[in-house]
Amino acid sequence: MSVVGHQPDAKPAESGSAPAPAPAIRRFRWRRAGVLLGVAPFLAFVTIFLIIPTLVVVIGAFASDDGQPTMSNLRTLTNGYILDAFGRSIVLSAVTAVAGAILGALLAYALVTAKPNGLLRRAVTSACGVLAQFGGVTLAFAFIATIGLSGFVTVFLQDQLGINIYSGGVWLFDLPGLALVYTYFQIPLMVIVFLPALDGIRPQWREATSSLGGSTWQYWRRVAMPLLAPAFLGSTLLLFANAFSAYATAAALVSQGSPIIPLQIRSALTSEVVLGQQNVGKAMALGMVIVVAIVMGMYALLQRRTSRWLG
Amino acid sequence: MAGLIARAARRQRVMRWIVVLVLGVFFLLPLVAMVMFTIREPNGHYTFSTWRLLANWKQLGQTYPDLWAGMKSSAGLAVFTVLIMLVMLVPTAVWVRLRLPKMRRFLEFVCLLPLTIPAIVLVVGLAPVYAWVTYFLGGSALTLTFAYTILVLPYAYRAIDAGLSAIDVRTLAEAARSLGAGWATVMWRVVLPNIRSAVLSASFLTVALVLGEFTIASLLNRENLQVAIDLLGKSSATMSVAVSFAALVLAFALLFLLSFAGRRRGRRGATTPDQLGAVSPSLIASEAIGERS
Repeated sequence: MSVVGHQPDAKPAESGSAPAPAPAIRRFRWRRAGVLLGVAPFLAFVTIFLIIPTLVVVIGAFASDDGQPTMSNLRTLTNGYILDAFGRSIVLSAVTAVAGAILGALLAYALVTAKPNGLLRRAVTSACGVLAQFGGVTLAFAFIATIGLSGFVTVFLQDQLGINIYSGGVWLFDLPGLALVYTYFQIPLMVIVFLPALDGIRPQWREATSSLGGSTWQYWRRVAMPLLAPAFLGSTLLLFANAFSAYATAAALVSQGSPIIPLQIRSALTSEVVLGQQNVGKAMALGMVIVVAIVMGMYALLQRRTSRWLG
Repeated sequence: MAGLIARAARRQRVMRWIVVLVLGVFFLLPLVAMVMFTIREPNGHYTFSTWRLLANWKQLGQTYPDLWAGMKSSAGLAVFTVLIMLVMLVPTAVWVRLRLPKMRRFLEFVCLLPLTIPAIVLVVGLAPVYAWVTYFLGGSALTLTFAYTILVLPYAYRAIDAGLSAIDVRTLAEAARSLGAGWATVMWRVVLPNIRSAVLSASFLTVALVLGEFTIASLLNRENLQVAIDLLGKSSATMSVAVSFAALVLAFALLFLLSFAGRRRGRRGATTPDQLGAVSPSLIASEAIGERS
């Protein structure tokens, strides 16, 4: 990029002559243009593969099949089946975010005293990184191998103990199954995002509490919890956004129907499009962006509060 | 008092072990089950034939051509995405620091934007863009590398930005320039060696993310490792579980290595407490969002 030809220190002799200002200004403009050219490839790339797709979604959500502006796509969102999908997505994300946050915070608390650069902590954070981010399809298969119809645990319970975990119907490939697998990747994510906050807690604060006569309970109630609350809430929001935008796990696990909104978008993208509804998928996508943006905005606010003490 | 503290500490220790044990079982059980699933036959015998086949590349390619193709394209995608990411991001980030400091906020905003746009949403908007990509470059799975570069942008940017914050780019560049170095030399021989560990972090994260990507590949009808695993699940459950497990282990190894890669050069700055930031994409993400405003 930086090969753009401007020479900052070229031709010093020129400035000695009398009518200097005009060329100097021109040269200055050229130099500015050259400086901007340095970021041009990046901006072009981002425009094509990030900005345009975003605009396609935003504009498409308000356009009819033949490109006329319309609100009918957004009105379609209030249809029963789409609203239900949004509702289920939100409930699923909220439940797994709260469960993941509580269990993850406990695990992070159990880990925080391990040596920061010790092998245990490295191994656990790496494992958490894999489970939290890499997940998707592989985790779906992990659970199929575990509690699928011929899964290890299913078979073991059936053969050894005579327990049929699916006596009430096969729930793995539906919302309860999704909740279980989602929790499996939410807990590690919580560990990753909550550990730094826990690391910020200083032992001196506890000593200060006890030297002032405070009990353990008072320390937690009056010092640690208020300090950790913004970090905890913020992490929970991040978990919510994470679950809300997850697609791969659900796609691999659920093959019938589209209970949650990412799967609705899948069917809008892949199935035969009903006339006049070409852009409903884009409207749903816009809805998802809005939910995630709100959640992330709240997260950013909370994060700023957290960093005041635990940064 | 001392006794009280000791008792509290003991109680804490017991609590900690219970938590670790219970959650440890929850996390290890599916992984153990995956292994058992791949080596147990319905009649109760054990066999390692699945793993032998997985280790035998030639035969694997013949038995499961789709899986083989997916592996190859994921490997290619990882390489290309790392290259494009580095070529796009490193010079731009350095250039903005040196010559366009006012654009830093903007650059950061753009790089973090993909965090608020779920992949499933991005793919909706990418579909028409990829119609053009297919028109110009053909329908190869490797074209996904452009979309993946966008996906890894937030994580890669955080890693590289942290690396650049730790060195005085301006002074280094000015020193090199005053000694007669061109911009290419500044970049290649001065800046790059100084942010080696950051570049390494960004590359590792990119590889891990690319190997795990499913959403975009699947919905743009391109073939990669995860799509192949998903497809395989419908025909050969044992093999798909074995490959899933191998992929998880590989990703773990990558991130574990990464946790050491960041160590060598002690970075300063608050962004990498205990190098945790280097370990996890999501942490980098969380910090990134937190520092945005």
